[in-house]
Amino acid sequence: MHEIGKRYRFSASHRLHSDEFSEAENVRVFGKCANPYGHGHNYVVEVRVEGDPDPATGWVADRARLDRLVEEQIIQRLDRADMNCDIPEFGELVPTTENLSIVIGRWLQQSWAGAFPDGGPRLAGLRIEETPRNSFELTL
Amino acid sequence: MVVITRKAEFSASHFLQNPDWSPERNKEVFGLEARPHGHNYVLEVSVAGEVDPVNGMILDLKELKQVINREVVDPWDHRFLNHEAPPFDTVNPTVENVAAEVWKRLESAIGAGGARLDKVRLYETSDLFCDYRGPG
Repeated sequence: MHEIGKRYRFSASHRLHSDEFSEAENVRVFGKCANPYGHGHNYVVEVRVEGDPDPATGWVADRARLDRLVEEQIIQRLDRADMNCDIPEFGELVPTTENLSIVIGRWLQQSWAGAFPDGGPRLAGLRIEETPRNSFELTL
Repeated sequence: MVVITRKAEFSASHFLQNPDWSPERNKEVFGLEARPHGHNYVLEVSVAGEVDPVNGMILDLKELKQVINREVVDPWDHRFLNHEAPPFDTVNPTVENVAAEVWKRLESAIGAGGARLDKVRLYETSDLFCDYRGPG
């Protein structure tokens, strides 16, 4: 079994803040991540795909199809976006990168069969770098 | 059990093709990868084993380095994989197939002293890698 990882980039802003908390609690829990106007990161998302290479191509997953799927499902939604305002999933859910990895995982899972209708590659997981020093890994 | 990882680099050129397809079909499927070009490959070889109580190691890293050089770096560095590095005259040198060939070359050489090859990770670019843990 092979597993490939392909890395993509998007830049987005978020603010960590919960309506369940008072302003003082938000500041205590989220620190500067709760500042009122939000802040941004250059995110890197590494998409992991497992399977056996197709004998005709030597590829676990067709690169163009994978790129197109990621572009449509992730980059177009998140690049130069304000997550709290532009992403309906973060209407109430706090856009931590833990939650972001779960949301992105769901987007990819929902569209996977459309992108790879002949079966084959399986979405194994993803890893998101919020900054070069913080990363979050989701196994699916 | 402990896993140790040794890193190596080699630079090589390749192109991707299926010889049964027309040039147009190859270009359609493989895109830019159908053109001859090169990469700085980065290889991470992970070996698992029990720590020897006397020397405190699972294997001699110097020997691991020598094996990687002999089996992979020396034959492939600054070579054109499709033309000069069998089996890539007949096997399409995708990152998946190159990683599997690295596994094949290293597995028997490393399996000797109780340690075993755990994983091969091969980066074709910093944005694309393949992990391989052997057949099956």
